[in-house]
Amino acid sequence: MKYEAIIGMEVHAELLTRSKMFCSCSAAFFGAEPNTLTCPVCTGMPGVLPVINRKAVEYTIMTALALNCEIAEASVFSRKNYFYPDLPKSYQISMYDLPLSENGWLEIEVDGNSRRIGIERVHLEEDTAKLFHVGGYSLVDFNRSGVPLMEIVSRPDMRSADEAYAYLIKLRQILRYLGVSSGDMEKGAMRCEANVSLRPVGSAEYGTKVEVKNLNSFRSVKLALDYEIRRQSRILDERGNIEQVTMGWDEDRGVTVVQRSKEYAHDYRYFPEPDLPPLSISREWVEEIKAKLPELPDARRDRFVAEYGLPAYDAGVLTADKAVADYFEACVRAYPQAKTISNWIGGELFRLLKEAETGIEEVKVTPAALAELLTLVEKGTINQNTAKAVLGEMFRSGRAAAEIVAEEGLAQISDADELGPVIDEVIAAHPDEVAAYRAGKERLLGWFVGQVMKATRGKANPQLVTSLLKEKLQRRQ
Amino acid sequence: MKLSRAEVEHIAELAKLGLTEEEKKKFCEQLSAILEYAEVLQQLDTEAIPPTATVLPLQNVMRPDKVAPSFPREDILANAPDVAEGCFRVRAILE
Repeated sequence: MKYEAIIGMEVHAELLTRSKMFCSCSAAFFGAEPNTLTCPVCTGMPGVLPVINRKAVEYTIMTALALNCEIAEASVFSRKNYFYPDLPKSYQISMYDLPLSENGWLEIEVDGNSRRIGIERVHLEEDTAKLFHVGGYSLVDFNRSGVPLMEIVSRPDMRSADEAYAYLIKLRQILRYLGVSSGDMEKGAMRCEANVSLRPVGSAEYGTKVEVKNLNSFRSVKLALDYEIRRQSRILDERGNIEQVTMGWDEDRGVTVVQRSKEYAHDYRYFPEPDLPPLSISREWVEEIKAKLPELPDARRDRFVAEYGLPAYDAGVLTADKAVADYFEACVRAYPQAKTISNWIGGELFRLLKEAETGIEEVKVTPAALAELLTLVEKGTINQNTAKAVLGEMFRSGRAAAEIVAEEGLAQISDADELGPVIDEVIAAHPDEVAAYRAGKERLLGWFVGQVMKATRGKANPQLVTSLLKEKLQRRQ
Repeated sequence: MKLSRAEVEHIAELAKLGLTEEEKKKFCEQLSAILEYAEVLQQLDTEAIPPTATVLPLQNVMRPDKVAPSFPREDILANAPDVAEGCFRVRAILE
């Protein structure tokens, strides 16, 4: 039978605030020595009082606005009760019946088709401690405990693993544009869980849903959901029943395995957090935040097409990452030829970044330096191929293009008097090829150009070489 | 409203409490009495009263996003039942 997958996603994103959600310990815990960023509040000592980090609320409202959500007038933190060593108070301060925002949407594009994925809610809570399992014991590091954590819950609107993947990529893109989260899944700054169920195509009823956890990379989300859809299809084809369970993705084996069955279903006994007075979100504050929203990815992509006349594909590539889009615009200001810049960024620069396994934030080639390089090409001082080599050197050393060209004698030879003897030598050294060319094998012209380039260590002006060669080869005929 | 024995056992399990037979019987009665009292309160007409999450006349108590020094680690770990590698050490946790 043909089935349709119904997928909903729950995404947790750590917010890039300086301090934690309810205390003033630093939230920049990555790489810190265990338990050095802790205090009585985030380790759950008795008698302490949490105080809400205003920035975290603002970041959550920002995200909710970017996801087209309605911002609540009144929002209340609640206690979610359960016992686990990563949760020192035995409850997590979260939001339950009165979240900060609800009812939004996010637009994704898969195979050229746009679809809106509903957002059920965006709320704020605190992260838990980190556990390490060693030698029959578990070690608890509370540095992460109390870091602001934003939860974004989608509606079950996705119909394939590809759509779920596109949703996550888009969500991360927005979080990064807003600057509210790094969205780094490998570092755990963005974590996701998916709910998957199947139903026969055309059916309106939902099937039993399975929760899939332990999705630690974008790739694993796609693989795990594809696997889970196949697994459920097989069970349904054999007229079996889907059990309502939590599955974990086993990356090494490429399978999902049962983590927890329904009988351990949690009863969190939520109740309003008595230590935190409710939030009343004024419309003025919402407007103030709205006014500060940066240009979002889709709008920026459309503007790149309209303002710079770029193809939609180029605009999409350049705006995928905010830092790249910023870099591109800085380059265009210094060298106003958008398509040329787009080609260099999308081609050579991306290749160098990939090779060096680094990001554009780390790049040593400033927009002004790239502009200088492209000006040298435009003026004919160096040719395209030399420019690629020069960019590679600029990328490694951070030196200026003109300096590299001068020091390494890379300037293009555009002087016919200088090129003439070199061409004559090449012609003289290859009588067979010359004869073949004259007999009509004109494809050999390219080979001759290559020989001249080789003899000049790539510095010859290729257009000039081509026309001189044509002339000289014909003249002797 | 009378709580069943199974409900008391469920609540005890959620609170990670091991109860004796005698305690189960006792808490069954006590918790039922509390619920009965709540039933009395539920008879009140609260139609015109907005729900509230607090009894204090406060809202929007927030702090600026500023970092202050954390506590010395040895102070934080002073109450730990067991310590290893700068961490609280607890019995192995299995999912």
